[in-house]
Amino acid sequence: MKPQRFSPAGVALILGLAFLYLPLAVVIGYSFNASKLVTVWTGFSTRWYGELLADSQLMAAARNSLVVALVSATLAVVLGTAAGIVFARFGKFRGRTALAGMIAAPLVLPDVIAGISLLLLFVAAEQTFAWMPGRGLFTVIIAHAGFTMAYVAVIVQARLKGMEREIEEAAADLGARPGAVFLHITLPMLKPALIAGWLLAFVLSLDDLVIASFVAGPQSTTLPMVVFSSIRLGVSPKINALATLIIVGTLVLLAAAAWIGRGALKMKTPRL
Amino acid sequence: MIGTAWHRRIVLALPWLWTGLFFLLPFAFVLKISFSEAALSVPPYSDFFAYAGGAIVGLKANLANYQLLLSDALYVKAYLSSVKIGAIATFITLLLGYPMAYAIARAAPQRRNVFLVLVMLPFWTSFLIRIYAWMGLLRPTGLINSALLSLGVIDEPLLLLNTPFAVYLGIVYAYLPFMVLPLYARLEKLDPALLEAAADLGAKPWRAFLGVTLPLSRPGILAGCLLVFIPAVGEFVIPELLGGPNTLMIGKVLWSEFFSNRDWPMASALTVVLLVLLVAPIMLLQARREDAP
Repeated sequence: MKPQRFSPAGVALILGLAFLYLPLAVVIGYSFNASKLVTVWTGFSTRWYGELLADSQLMAAARNSLVVALVSATLAVVLGTAAGIVFARFGKFRGRTALAGMIAAPLVLPDVIAGISLLLLFVAAEQTFAWMPGRGLFTVIIAHAGFTMAYVAVIVQARLKGMEREIEEAAADLGARPGAVFLHITLPMLKPALIAGWLLAFVLSLDDLVIASFVAGPQSTTLPMVVFSSIRLGVSPKINALATLIIVGTLVLLAAAAWIGRGALKMKTPRL
Repeated sequence: MIGTAWHRRIVLALPWLWTGLFFLLPFAFVLKISFSEAALSVPPYSDFFAYAGGAIVGLKANLANYQLLLSDALYVKAYLSSVKIGAIATFITLLLGYPMAYAIARAAPQRRNVFLVLVMLPFWTSFLIRIYAWMGLLRPTGLINSALLSLGVIDEPLLLLNTPFAVYLGIVYAYLPFMVLPLYARLEKLDPALLEAAADLGAKPWRAFLGVTLPLSRPGILAGCLLVFIPAVGEFVIPELLGGPNTLMIGKVLWSEFFSNRDWPMASALTVVLLVLLVAPIMLLQARREDAP
């Protein structure tokens, strides 16, 4: 089969990609609009970016979101790596299917379910152990690590499966103890997957609205929560500016993730 | 092999402990609280156990929430309408995603990854922002209406935002990458020799597609549809921001029971039923994952 230049499928691909990108391009374009009326173009301006930086409520929420994303991504990498190793290297063990299901489920489970169930757990823990009174950023961190670890596990598992085992085996044959083999051989070989996984977990955590709305404490509003309450009132040029910063920021992070994890981030796997 | 029995146990314990504590246990609490009553206390639900002299003497569990859930038309309608919206949106996503995945799989090998990255990138940029972008386009004074007005196609702005149409559009837009990826993975593996054989035997291209390509890509279709359908049924942000007051979806109902009515037990019962509804599709997806190499 020769690839046709103008096959119906090819046209669908072009249209589909346009459909995916045009709305984002419009938001970015209008963020530089001088007018307060979002759809009337009156000239180029960076006024809204200035107002954005002066909004102390937004900036505080952005700080919260960054803290949550940094810590939860790190936690997710530790947990996801353990899970990835278990599935790639431990063969069959009792409960494998159940564990795989529980780790993968948050990838598709509606956010409202994850949000409410984790909140009820935190409330019960608070009652029983007087733990985390009032909830805070800590609860958001745990919730985010829980659903982002699944992505890390998928990437680490794919990387481990694609890795040659000979080097690890050679080190073991030469007398290296399992801990040393892991530290000096496996971990360095996993590094691209770990960095890529961390960046993806970071981006996903920054993005979450629903789960954070349930589990965050009153003092720990995150950026998507502020954006959401503002969007509900309508479209605003300031949010366009923020959206642009978020889109550009994630693109930069993802480019980094893709570049660092070239081998690890095989897009082939449909097991999102 | 990584690790001796000792190392192995620690590595294995980590994911088990975590999922047990933060995945299984939370569901136990949802189930428990779904049997209690809303109360004006902190937290806002009645106690599950009856106490006497510091000892648990009985259960105060009741089925009132579930009875209300089944008898009140609003809840039943919300579930049915969520499943309907999810299913129709999934089908539209398939109609758009299939040719896209097909075109990527048939593209020159060096271009395939570029296309895949292009399809995936929007998924990684903020979900909220992507839905927000459509709010700006669909508004009565938005870009689509102003363009149509100035072209003279329409005389007054079309009502696009806060309609069922906008909800379908939002779901298709947000979940399209989930559909394309598994379809592509399947179509890419398809041996072109099979199509050549079909052509040699006299099959027209569309006949070969229906007889060979489509049946062989069925696992990809199933995976893609499940990946879109499951989260779409419980969607909150899309119906809230793009839908109108008449757009009934269970995610929205659950949210307002919880945050506006502060009826945590009812919200828990709604969650339990939603989970029961989604267990079969999730298991189906999981079984497919295990089959894949």
